[in-house]
Amino acid sequence: MWKLLRIELFKIFKRPRTYIAFGAIAAVVFLIQIALKYDGKSYIDLLLSNLSGSFEFSDEFKGKLLNGYLICFVILNTLLIQMPLLVALISGDSIAGEANMGTLRLSLTKPISRTEYMLVKFAASIIYTLALLLCMAALALFGSMLIFGTNDMVVMRSEGIEQIKSFDVLWRYFAAFGFAAVALTTVSALAFLLSVFAENSIGPIIATMSIVIVFTILSEMNIPIYDETVKPYLFTSHMVAWKGFFYVKADADGTTINGSIENFPAVMRSLGILVVYIVLFFGSAVWVFKKKDILT
Amino acid sequence: MNAIIEVKNLTKNFRDIKAVDNLSFTVEAGQVYGFLGQNGAGKSTTIRMLLTLIKPTSGEIELFGMNLYKNRKEILRQVGAIIERPDLYKYLTALENLRLFATMSGVKSSEKKLMEQLDMVGLAGRANSKVKTYSQGMKQRLGIATALVHDPGLIILDEPTNGLDPQGIADVRNLILLLSKERKKTLLISSHLLSEMELIADSMIIIDKGKKLVEGKVNELFDPAETIVELKTTDDAGTFEKLQQSPLKNFMHGRRNDCLLLKLHRNEVPSVMKELVQMDVSVISLHSKHSLEDYFLSLTTGSTHVEVAKN
Repeated sequence: MWKLLRIELFKIFKRPRTYIAFGAIAAVVFLIQIALKYDGKSYIDLLLSNLSGSFEFSDEFKGKLLNGYLICFVILNTLLIQMPLLVALISGDSIAGEANMGTLRLSLTKPISRTEYMLVKFAASIIYTLALLLCMAALALFGSMLIFGTNDMVVMRSEGIEQIKSFDVLWRYFAAFGFAAVALTTVSALAFLLSVFAENSIGPIIATMSIVIVFTILSEMNIPIYDETVKPYLFTSHMVAWKGFFYVKADADGTTINGSIENFPAVMRSLGILVVYIVLFFGSAVWVFKKKDILT
Repeated sequence: MNAIIEVKNLTKNFRDIKAVDNLSFTVEAGQVYGFLGQNGAGKSTTIRMLLTLIKPTSGEIELFGMNLYKNRKEILRQVGAIIERPDLYKYLTALENLRLFATMSGVKSSEKKLMEQLDMVGLAGRANSKVKTYSQGMKQRLGIATALVHDPGLIILDEPTNGLDPQGIADVRNLILLLSKERKKTLLISSHLLSEMELIADSMIIIDKGKKLVEGKVNELFDPAETIVELKTTDDAGTFEKLQQSPLKNFMHGRRNDCLLLKLHRNEVPSVMKELVQMDVSVISLHSKHSLEDYFLSLTTGSTHVEVAKN
């Protein structure tokens, strides 16, 4: 299995198109960092505009807000919406691309079971997703920490702002990236499932993105009837639960409690639901693929 | 002789279409077995079933004396195949492709061994070129190298000469003969070119609409007495007249395009040639030519696809 996985990774990382995603992430992260480096004050003013009627913020306070942790949060908010497309580019191509090239039939005449083949393909897709996420983490978190320095992190909530102590932030990012890995793997599994049905990779990539976009719109819509009947069952509703790691508990006088998470069970429930989706998508993909006649 | 491939009552339905219909055949060890049929006859579907790419609707397949579906991995370790086109990873080099498929076949081949494989198919000089720069013929030869990389006992080639120029066809033919005669491999080769199969196959089966039309040894299937010979001369009409008034009249079988067709024993060809020279006929060419279409028609209707000469 390990040898086969190495082959898959070799094939993925030998293709120039694989690096487009890494380039795109680097470009977006870099552009956000540059913009905030030179015009961060405007962004902070915008961020605090809703609260400026109730509170008075000093320039020193505003200056402290613009640090590496906040920048990373901004980047994560932006990129985690776009990243499914980059993940779908590889996962959607996984089986359909091989069918399109004609290499699927040759590979399946080798002494490898179809289940093994699917496991190896999916594992390679996950590794690619993790590599993409690691690249983003390195650039967005450590890059921003390097450029903007570190300080307490401020998170905007509907009921106000909360301040997380500088020493209490980093582990939250590691947890959030771990959660994001599972969320993106869900998208990867969906693209992988759709890839089994197609004979060229454009179809599964577009289908995956369409599903993600429609589900995201439904997840974000404020229509009461959807809140209990539809939203809890959409994987996109749970993909944004990584933010839960940055919502902290507060004591009676409103001071945030270090090391706390406001609703940890909800975050874990979302994580569990995403894992169920992954198992469902991948299991279906294997089931369909095992029964499929290879006619390409 | 022991059977390497044994197919019994194989049937495959795609919804209402019967692609393969109760097909049975046996390939003995060391044979070059021609699998013939026109496009859409069911050759590729049968080959895909032999390679577990398509599940049969019914029937049994045994390879190396084992049930294919119960011993899939063990069997496929001993099989090398090309199905239709030799599609490989175009963005990888020939050597990388070969190494990749060797690993997938469960063997660890040294660079030296892989280079020997490429040398055998005449690609050692282009080992490090990306496959996208290869011609169709080179891809075909590389495809054969990938099929052979794990030294299989059975080689299945689906239309291996498709899309090749005459030199490419000759190269593939020579390679097949080398594998059969020197390396003692068993080969199943599908084709719609009867003339090509006559040159390399020991036995063959001809199928049509998924059904077996005929199976047997090549030299037994084509009775020399039934040979149709194409005669091309400088004066087709004049020759036709001369032949009508000569003892060769009895050999006249018809006309096709700019040729006269004679039906005769192969061993009668020299004497007919001599007679033609004596009749002062300027012969451009005289050769026997089978067409699968003709052969099918002769099998199914007993007639050939020619305009029969009128006495």
